[in-house]
Amino acid sequence: SVNPDLAIERQTASFSVEKLTAWLDGGAEHTRMRRAVVEAIECDPVFSRENQYFESQNERYEAAVRKAVHLQKKMQEMGWAVNGPESKYIYRAVSGDIAFLLHRIFMRSISVLGSDKQVAKWIPLATQYQLIGSYTQTELGHGTYLQGLETTAVFDITTQEFILNTPKISAMKWWPGDMGRSATHTLVFAQLYIHGKCYGVHPFIVQIRSLQDHSLCPGIIAGDIGPKMNFEHADNGYLMLQNVRVPRENMLNKFCEVQPDGTYVRQGSQQINYFTMTTVRISIIPDEVIIPLMKACTIAIRYSVVRRQSKLKPGEQEAKILDYQTQQEKLLPQLAAAYAFHLIYNYLEELFDKGYREIQIKNFNALPELHAFSSGFKAMITQYCTSAVEICLRACGGHGYSLLSGLPSLYTRILASCIYEGENTVLLLQTARFLIKCFMATITGQPVPSSVTYLAAVKAGKCPAKNKLDFLSPDVYTEAYQHVAVRLISSTAAKLQDLIQSGVKKHNAWNQCTVQLAQAAKAHCHYITVKNFAETVEKLETKAGIQKIMKHLCDLFALHGIFSNAGVFLHDGYISGAQMDMVTASYLDLLDVIRKDAVPLVDAFDFTDKSLNSALGSYDGQVYQRLYEWAQKSPTNKQMSPAYEKYLKPLLHNTLSKL
Amino acid sequence: AAAMMMNPDLRRERAAATFQPELLTHILDGGAERTRRRKEIEALVINDPDFQHEDLNFLSRSQRYEQAIRKSSLMVMKLREYGITDPEEIFWFKSFVHRGRPEPLDLHLGMFLPTLLTQATPEQQDRFFMPAWNLEIIGTYAQTEMGHGTHLRGLETTATYDPATQEFILNSPTVTSIKWWPGGLGKTSNHAIVLAQLYTQGQCKGLHAFIVPIRQLGTHEPLPGITVGDIGPKFGYDEMDNGYLKMENFRIPRENMLMKYAQVEPDGTYVKPVSDKLTYGTMVFIRSFIVGDAARCLSRACTIAIRYSAVRHQSELKPGEPEPQILDYQTQQYKLFPLLAAAYAFHFVGAYIKDTYHRISGDISEGDLSELPELHALTAGLKAFTSWAANAGIEECRMACGGHGYSRCSGIPDIYVTFTPSCTYEGENTVMMLQTARFLVKSYTQVSSGQRVTGMVSYLNDISRQRIQPQHVAARSVTVRINDPASLVEAYKARAARLVEAAAKNLQAELNQRNSKEDAWNRTSVDLVRASEAHCHYVIVKLFTAKLSEISNAAVRAVLTDLCLLYALHGISKNTGDFLQASILTDAQITQVNQHVKELLAVIRPNAVALVDSFDFHDVHLGSVLGRYDGNVYENMFEWAKKSPLNKTEVHESFHKHLKPMQAKL
Repeated sequence: SVNPDLAIERQTASFSVEKLTAWLDGGAEHTRMRRAVVEAIECDPVFSRENQYFESQNERYEAAVRKAVHLQKKMQEMGWAVNGPESKYIYRAVSGDIAFLLHRIFMRSISVLGSDKQVAKWIPLATQYQLIGSYTQTELGHGTYLQGLETTAVFDITTQEFILNTPKISAMKWWPGDMGRSATHTLVFAQLYIHGKCYGVHPFIVQIRSLQDHSLCPGIIAGDIGPKMNFEHADNGYLMLQNVRVPRENMLNKFCEVQPDGTYVRQGSQQINYFTMTTVRISIIPDEVIIPLMKACTIAIRYSVVRRQSKLKPGEQEAKILDYQTQQEKLLPQLAAAYAFHLIYNYLEELFDKGYREIQIKNFNALPELHAFSSGFKAMITQYCTSAVEICLRACGGHGYSLLSGLPSLYTRILASCIYEGENTVLLLQTARFLIKCFMATITGQPVPSSVTYLAAVKAGKCPAKNKLDFLSPDVYTEAYQHVAVRLISSTAAKLQDLIQSGVKKHNAWNQCTVQLAQAAKAHCHYITVKNFAETVEKLETKAGIQKIMKHLCDLFALHGIFSNAGVFLHDGYISGAQMDMVTASYLDLLDVIRKDAVPLVDAFDFTDKSLNSALGSYDGQVYQRLYEWAQKSPTNKQMSPAYEKYLKPLLHNTLSKL
Repeated sequence: AAAMMMNPDLRRERAAATFQPELLTHILDGGAERTRRRKEIEALVINDPDFQHEDLNFLSRSQRYEQAIRKSSLMVMKLREYGITDPEEIFWFKSFVHRGRPEPLDLHLGMFLPTLLTQATPEQQDRFFMPAWNLEIIGTYAQTEMGHGTHLRGLETTATYDPATQEFILNSPTVTSIKWWPGGLGKTSNHAIVLAQLYTQGQCKGLHAFIVPIRQLGTHEPLPGITVGDIGPKFGYDEMDNGYLKMENFRIPRENMLMKYAQVEPDGTYVKPVSDKLTYGTMVFIRSFIVGDAARCLSRACTIAIRYSAVRHQSELKPGEPEPQILDYQTQQYKLFPLLAAAYAFHFVGAYIKDTYHRISGDISEGDLSELPELHALTAGLKAFTSWAANAGIEECRMACGGHGYSRCSGIPDIYVTFTPSCTYEGENTVMMLQTARFLVKSYTQVSSGQRVTGMVSYLNDISRQRIQPQHVAARSVTVRINDPASLVEAYKARAARLVEAAAKNLQAELNQRNSKEDAWNRTSVDLVRASEAHCHYVIVKLFTAKLSEISNAAVRAVLTDLCLLYALHGISKNTGDFLQASILTDAQITQVNQHVKELLAVIRPNAVALVDSFDFHDVHLGSVLGRYDGNVYENMFEWAKKSPLNKTEVHESFHKHLKPMQAKL
């Protein structure tokens, strides 16, 4: 039975939860398919995650491999094609707790960067799992800055082979997933040398383990890099190459080729080698970033209406903690952010699908904009969502700290997204470089991509709001965000120019402005996110109460951003001190409004209990019972600890009484 | 020879420092003699083969618990063997043995024994203290329940007095009343001090403490009527057996209620305790400890991140030149140096609270408690402020180490998971902030009604004066000198005054609209928390600034002055809205503040490594491959990884069990 404290929250929803779910899924037929996939996976005991929190690294890894293998069978059974419409729901259904994810990236890279011949050779082998692939880029001493990679691939014209080497310890490949134990092949990024000349970083297919007995190939040293904050199930690995030879045909050569005589031929931009990374950056966002935040919100909000603490009114029952303004102020903005980022992802996905099609026909014009978008949004969304999940975790007090709450694992997992696929600060600065360039172009009247034309429309003036209700107008707050983005970008551009004109070298000037540049890039992404949210809400049909509640969430997301970054809005007086008090008042009022729909809003994310895997967040709200029963299953309670016989008993009985 | 082995980048950094790190270490320790003694104790532990073990990162939770118990029992014996009795020295010894991690006897040593000393009658001490001292009795302190934490009055466990047998009957009447979280309860303890609602003669007399045996001496099996166990895996605290305890009609003799203050007589008559403000004192002490802990944990994280940033090279700053140390990037300095400054600030704040507590405790025994309410209110907020800041700061340090920070070998994940519960325990932080706010509002109300207030809140006295001269507020903005810590203290003071006043006024406005005081308070609580934060921020800047004048060595004072300025200015640049809205600073001054922050980063840069060396963490205690004193990071990461459990065999068993069959089938 459902805990009455939770049941009552569902009776007063101002909108249809089912319709909102369908909208989030992109249509009711998608919802049906997603539920069917989730159901098929979850009713299969091989995919159970119930004991996950009790398992060691070795057990987690083994389970991930077992699940990955079983999934192949399952897909055949269910008739799900590898790239079929179900595939996007499978990952969600297994909650990412599965091996061979890098195998997919291996295949994707070959599809994008490989010639037709290479695709024809490798993709069927990979699809049949005749080999297990991985993607090997990062080194011990080098991460985001790819040009700094030290692994070498020297072309040997006499044998028509590349000789791959790890020249020193900092060049050892480090971190690639699936490589520590599982992979037989991997795509190694290395500096290409022909006749002593370096041609930059290129990808090479290298076999690292025997297809017979899985032992390491000659010249290969590889293993697992040891325990991490999360991803216990993944065998992130290290790889050292000592004179490993691969045939000339193993360099992916759709865009760059080394001909038999050593001639180097390039078609298109060098940047294209990194395009996989650019698309991966965006593709991780829904499963690795937004879904974890949605789950964290679900757990924290449901728990906050079950948990009671202290009294709001004397003589009454202790209050639900979600009735405290401070608790609302922690959680509800995170809920709004989950919706905001879900919507901005839809926008980015469309942009990238278009870009991908262009690149397939070798039109590279959109690359700089796509690169800037993928960098900036990846950085902003991962950073925002990571801190949002942490807020949810801490908002659950002591019980949030238990692994059984599900929150620590969500947090340690999402926070990796701030680092992988490009370190966030570096990415923000790449976006800033693009924005500064576009801003300078607008000054001289050159055309810029449509996403940044707003930079040309610099308007002076003040925020027109007269009372707190005016701040519930999307035009008013979108303008304010735009104003701040333009101000931060233009003032940083001016500062850069000043420094350069005063004789500071360009690179020094850049370094001296990086704190501001990163802030400007974030402001740009924040503005686009608010604008996209407001425009999406505008287009929604008014039926079923969905537009109304989405409008509230959009307002909350926007006003929370102003409230928490008041300084940049006040700075040039665009928003006055008195107006800031109106923002605060409107913002706090909204908390009360959204509070009433908080539980239906997380119900709409439609996570099953198994997928939440949380004692605090289950649909029925039987928090304490579940926590108690689950804890009793902990291995620490099943067996008598050897510590008692070995240490406690002597301690309790004699040793110390001698003292 | 050791210097030859040192990473050349770190060697260069150390040679370029403008001050002697040892001198700063002495200041942090409270004198050269304290440093000497600390290092002596550290050597006792670190050179002792009994305290060596495999890297805990490679062990299962059960194994970690076992190691901790092993070390704890040795620790207790050795402490007595060495005759170490000073509380601070015991603390050092313990944290070297357990390398900053919690251990299963923490609650026995830190709560069970002290509670016996302060709340047991002489007869009770005779019965329990020596056996507990000799660890025949291992106890814990069972307060928190599954459904109840910070709000103590809500606890549901009952202790009903039965005059017929002269016993208390203990019960956990609901699932939510199961005791949950107490450390050492799950597997280690055989006794617990249980907090329960006392019922006698049909009346509830509120919370009281009872000594409850929970496991059979000899077999260690739970006693009949007792259900006890471990609460399962957590974010951190792997060494600690946090436990649950459920009691069903469990009887204990009347003499097991701690009766130094309140008493139940044989016939069931309840004797009230004399007013008990002393518990304030204990809370103040524990909170001062958490502030110190925030400083220590943040210092450790900064040590790791800053040393690693001096060793790590990445990208290019100047075209054609080798990759620079990442510590040369402004963005990296901007992440780390304000945290370094905060670590120093919190050290000084922790020391201040401890000293004030010791000074006032002298007064307590003489009955002068006048300063206690303010200290109690202040430490609540400071506990919350510093633990929040350190919590976020540790994570920033980890992020600043990029991918390698995410590996357990960096040591930062461990610091984080061990520290983060301090935002919750000993009073949930938001609740703590609101306690401080209550005191601030009370003080504000006193001032409004014409009374004067003293101590850290005395700035509120000025508010009424400003109201008479409205131009005063605007005039103040030009007087802030951003190079002068004392002037910045004034700016923080003005911000605190403004936010306390705003919160108090909003509270009044809500009160005028509603009947319920509680409702009005709740509807103002976001403002109230902001006011508390501003007040605490002011206190920290003030205490840091005051510390500068105590430092005699000019080079050390200079570098600490830079840090103090950075702490204060960075705080302004992160909260510009407050300073602009209250017209404490102008747009132009804010721009100058932002600029000056960046200049200070460059000034502090040459001393960054020396400033973390001054924290003087031994490598064993630091537990980080990235933060090693010698800076030989990459070689040692490789060595560390080879020991990973996944690498025990060259071909993992999963290959034979799953991969090979799959490849055969497809």
